[in-house]
Amino acid sequence: MVKSEFNLNITQYLYQYIFRILYFVFRIIKCKILYLTKLNQTEKSNSHNPLLFIKYNMDNILDCKDISFSYHSLTGETIALSHISFQVKKGEFLAIVGPSGCGKSTLLSIIAGLIEPELGAIVLSNNTRIGYMLQHDHLLDWRTIYKNVLLGPEINRTLTPEKEEYALKLLNDYGLYRFRNKRPGELSGGMKQRAALIRTMMMDPELLLLDEPFSALDYQTRLLVSADIGTIIKEAKKTAILVTHDLSEAISLADRVIVLSQRPATIKSIFDIKLTKLEEGPLAARNAPEFKGYFKKLWEEFQCDN
Amino acid sequence: MNTQTTNTKKQTLTSQELFLRRHRIRHRSITACRFLILFVFLFIWELSAQMKWIDSFFFSSPSLVLKCFLDMLYDLSFFTHTGVTLLETLISFVILFFICMAVATLLWVSPLLSEIMEPYLVILNSLPKSALAPLFIVWLGTGLKTIVVAGISVALFGSIISLYTGFMQVDAEKLKLIRTLGGNKKDAFIKVVLPASIPVILSNMKVNIGLALVGVIIGEFLAARRGLGYLIIYGSQVFQLNMVITSIIILCFIAVGLYQIIQFLEHMYKKSRGGRHF
Repeated sequence: MVKSEFNLNITQYLYQYIFRILYFVFRIIKCKILYLTKLNQTEKSNSHNPLLFIKYNMDNILDCKDISFSYHSLTGETIALSHISFQVKKGEFLAIVGPSGCGKSTLLSIIAGLIEPELGAIVLSNNTRIGYMLQHDHLLDWRTIYKNVLLGPEINRTLTPEKEEYALKLLNDYGLYRFRNKRPGELSGGMKQRAALIRTMMMDPELLLLDEPFSALDYQTRLLVSADIGTIIKEAKKTAILVTHDLSEAISLADRVIVLSQRPATIKSIFDIKLTKLEEGPLAARNAPEFKGYFKKLWEEFQCDN
Repeated sequence: MNTQTTNTKKQTLTSQELFLRRHRIRHRSITACRFLILFVFLFIWELSAQMKWIDSFFFSSPSLVLKCFLDMLYDLSFFTHTGVTLLETLISFVILFFICMAVATLLWVSPLLSEIMEPYLVILNSLPKSALAPLFIVWLGTGLKTIVVAGISVALFGSIISLYTGFMQVDAEKLKLIRTLGGNKKDAFIKVVLPASIPVILSNMKVNIGLALVGVIIGEFLAARRGLGYLIIYGSQVFQLNMVITSIIILCFIAVGLYQIIQFLEHMYKKSRGGRHF
């Protein structure tokens, strides 16, 4: 009697176990299939459907449509972005400011296509090349500055003598030609960040995404490098989106500032910035008479959050 | 004012010289102590054998070991046995290296696979590999194959784990960088993970060459007619302890030599990467 009961328990347990394993395998297969179909879908949406673009104003290089995103973990869901929509015009310098950890970087990753939004869509005007600058320079220690700059073309297998010449020209323009054969460890923080900008510019991007690229620098270098890079981008007539939590940086560089709220991030307000001294460069723009007013307005927007 | 500055300059120079001198003296005395220990040990060993404090039939003596070594040189058995062991170790090491790199790469490419395989790797790594040697003999017979497999098995799983851990420690932001430049996982591996992991790979090779030698000796204990491991077992069976101890000393030199080769590789690598630093 006892023995048969024992056997029954074991069989039950075994069945349960086998069922669990089968369920697990089934789930893996389902995930794979979902993943593959999703891949197909994104490939389709990336292919150029002419009808899709006619509807939009061609001045807009980027149209963020109702973007939502949340992070999932076993302990729960964290909503990072909720219903964010904005447009970026060609040649515009847009700054996105918000408290740290509100999901600004996530937004940039979504625009760059590194992660998929849960809701909404990113519509780029035809064939827009995107350049991405990260928070740290991430120059590779084992390559010289010149080789680091050529990393993008190397990866895309588009390395030609013209590209190499272009790299040398950019190194010369940005004052790094003398250091082209040095390793990243031998350069100052500002120089490294400039090398990282050249690496991004080598991809000849039409839209530049700047993910707090100055936040790892000390204050003085930061002022100079941000002004430097701002001027370079303006002169090259690139469109740029800068993500930062530094209000004065945003005002001095950008044509338009979007203020995000705390998590879940939504667009709180959008400011058009018009500074009188802008043609003298971003550093001079900090002394423009309107600067203080903008700073105060933005600061108030920031404060009423807490 | 002027004299003062020159004075301090002179002082710093002499203090630097003093430092260098102290450093040299320290370095030399350490080397001297190391040799002293060796000579004292050999002297006491020889003395106690000569004075019959220990039985040189069981414990041998430096002079007997030297004589045995010269005999081995004379009848050329030194070269065959050492050559066989060296060859087997190197074959094991090379095969081991490629298997480990391949498996660690595969685990890096597929996080799902690595999660599934993790308990197996941990269990197989903590298993005493010498326990497997008799199985290899049954499966593969006695000879080169068994010995090479034994040499591989000792280091295999630990090495896979350490390489995989090394690969995973590469900065995730650098991998993101490759993606922002339009690269895929293959580009990330070749351009970032592999070059960043070279120090890990080299230190792994240092451990592996020693472990491959251990495995080869275990294999030779059980399934060989030639090699230093065979010589050790044979010598102990026929009470030729001179032969055993000579073989062990030769093994010591082989181990140091192999280690030094990898050390040299590491040195060359450091020189080539950091040569232009400051």
